Amino acid sequence: MKKVFKLVDLDCANCAAKMENAIKEMDEVEDVSVSFMTQKMTITAADDVDFDKLMKKVVKLCRKIEPDCEIVLK
Amino acid sequence: MLARIIASGILLIIAWLLPVKGIWELLVFIVPYAVIGWDVLWKAIRNISHGQVFDENFLMAIATVGAFGTGEYPEAAAVMLFYQIGELFQSCAVGKSRKSIASLMDIRPDYANIEKDGQLVQVDPEEIKIGDIIVVKAGEKIPLDGIVIEGKSTVDTAALTGESLPRTVGVNSDVISGCINQSGMLRIRVTKVFGESTVAKILDLVENSASKKAKAENFITKFAKYYTPIVVIAAVLLAVIPPLVLGGGWTNWIHRALIFLVISCPCALVISVPLSFFGGIGGASKKGILVKGGNYLEVLANTEIVVFDKTGTLTKGVFNVTAIHPDKYSQSRLIELAAYAESYSDHPIAKSIIEAYGCDIDNERITSSEELSGHGVKAVIDGLEVCAGNDKLMESIGVEWHPCHHTGTTVHVAVNGKYAGHIVISDEIKETSVAAIKALKDRGIAKTVMLTGDSKAVGEDTAKKLGLDMVYTELLPAGKVEKVEELIGTKSEKGKLAFVGDGINDAPVLSRADIGIAMGAMGSDAAIEAADIVLMDDNPEKIADAIDISKKTIKIVYQNIVFALAVKLAILVLGAVGIAGMWAAVFADVGVSVIAILNAMRAMKTK
Repeated sequence: MKKVFKLVDLDCANCAAKMENAIKEMDEVEDVSVSFMTQKMTITAADDVDFDKLMKKVVKLCRKIEPDCEIVLK
Repeated sequence: MLARIIASGILLIIAWLLPVKGIWELLVFIVPYAVIGWDVLWKAIRNISHGQVFDENFLMAIATVGAFGTGEYPEAAAVMLFYQIGELFQSCAVGKSRKSIASLMDIRPDYANIEKDGQLVQVDPEEIKIGDIIVVKAGEKIPLDGIVIEGKSTVDTAALTGESLPRTVGVNSDVISGCINQSGMLRIRVTKVFGESTVAKILDLVENSASKKAKAENFITKFAKYYTPIVVIAAVLLAVIPPLVLGGGWTNWIHRALIFLVISCPCALVISVPLSFFGGIGGASKKGILVKGGNYLEVLANTEIVVFDKTGTLTKGVFNVTAIHPDKYSQSRLIELAAYAESYSDHPIAKSIIEAYGCDIDNERITSSEELSGHGVKAVIDGLEVCAGNDKLMESIGVEWHPCHHTGTTVHVAVNGKYAGHIVISDEIKETSVAAIKALKDRGIAKTVMLTGDSKAVGEDTAKKLGLDMVYTELLPAGKVEKVEELIGTKSEKGKLAFVGDGINDAPVLSRADIGIAMGAMGSDAAIEAADIVLMDDNPEKIADAIDISKKTIKIVYQNIVFALAVKLAILVLGAVGIAGMWAAVFADVGVSVIAILNAMRAMKTK
């Protein structure tokens, strides 16, 4: 299942790259792409993965890398 | 930020002019430094506490604090100031390019007019349901896909297809969201909700294309991961080893090491490479070429072989009667008999004969009708037994037939067991196909190939008319995949094979090829799904345009990579030997970034 999230205040392209690399390491995540250009994060995970739980972990991870950046969880 | 920069700048100049020494000098320079740099220091500390040590903020903090430590007060403050100026420039450049790419894609309609109680009300297009009637006045953007139920006008499809020639529409015409209604008011019955409309799909595609990263983009991300730590380690080594080996001069070497730290941010590359691809995709969509990902742009630039499907791609995919050759009957009688015989068939050949006949079919005249699959039809009309079909049908009823010198699908007609003549039906070559093939050859495409399930005669005739290098005919769908695999075996290592088809039945071939290009047919869903690149106006000439854009984008990407790395390396070397100072380092770092960003925006410009 693929989900797209909007990112707010992603100022540093380097941080976007770091976030992408870090999220890719997560077990539940099959693929991730963070686009600094469009300010969007696309995460692909298996269908049985609990996305809410996954996103909580992702948010924590990203807060460590780029604290100013916020992930919009609709 | 701008205010802080100006304030800090002024304070810096004042500090520089003040004739103070010792502790006063330090304090006087700390003021502008603090004004401009406090947030950098703060972020550095905060990020360390989160476990993120090596980031821009930390490096700048160390570099400037170190500069203060080695007594270079004006330099420390100035470097911080330049750094922040540079960051501001960078955000502006990125913001501007995001905005101009967004404006290229400004096909999103903001409202729809719907009639409520006799009044025209403006509503959000998302609220409109299928079957609702909307009104589009002259000059307005058509907000949703639908069918015209009243009105006649011309529409400008440039936003979607890049074609400036307007299209005439009238009652029962299909219209697509995103086009601009030019001359007359139209009443349209909506066929797709906003989320499913063509415009929404295109916007979606372009936005998602940023996630399909090109190999170059992935390389840069990986490179950036290693670049920073390597430069920092090099800096530490530079600070420590030469003084130990050569004895003394710590301050000097630490100073040079600090310069290394300033250069260690790879931002120029990390920003400019994806931006170039984004720009390329945006520029392509302005021409009506939808590219689904940066990676496809990369592959397209190396295209060596282009393989075309025939029907619907190089030809219009319509079957028209092109010749009527009766034996003993009149042309009109022959076509009448054939049309009546074919009237119950759904076959496209039947439909084109009926269309050529042009008059209404009086079913009373048809007593019986039988469709013989693979052969044709047999019917009794006005008491006469009429057989219409291919040569196999004629053989089976023992009628002597003769072929036509015209290439095309021949429908032979026999009346009461005697040959009555034949009708030739052929497909029309698109006016743009010849130019399209020539354009590809002009760009150095090694092989242009056509694959078709059509007969040898028709296929080879079409290929000759178009100037293609190779043609394979009478292919079943599986045969097409085989041929593509064969051709892939013949190309050079770096060369790529592109397949162009109308998508509906070409899915396996589209996926086997390195690049699948589909004729969008103004939004056919199957095509948009299966392919990597969609030509919104079905014009094969756009393939050459797409290749141009991809080559230009790749060139810009490589220019940026080489430029950025070269400058950084140069400054590292100059800094190590003591020629370049911190000022130069910051200028170079930031300047390179801004230049790379501006260069990346060139990818958007198309002729």
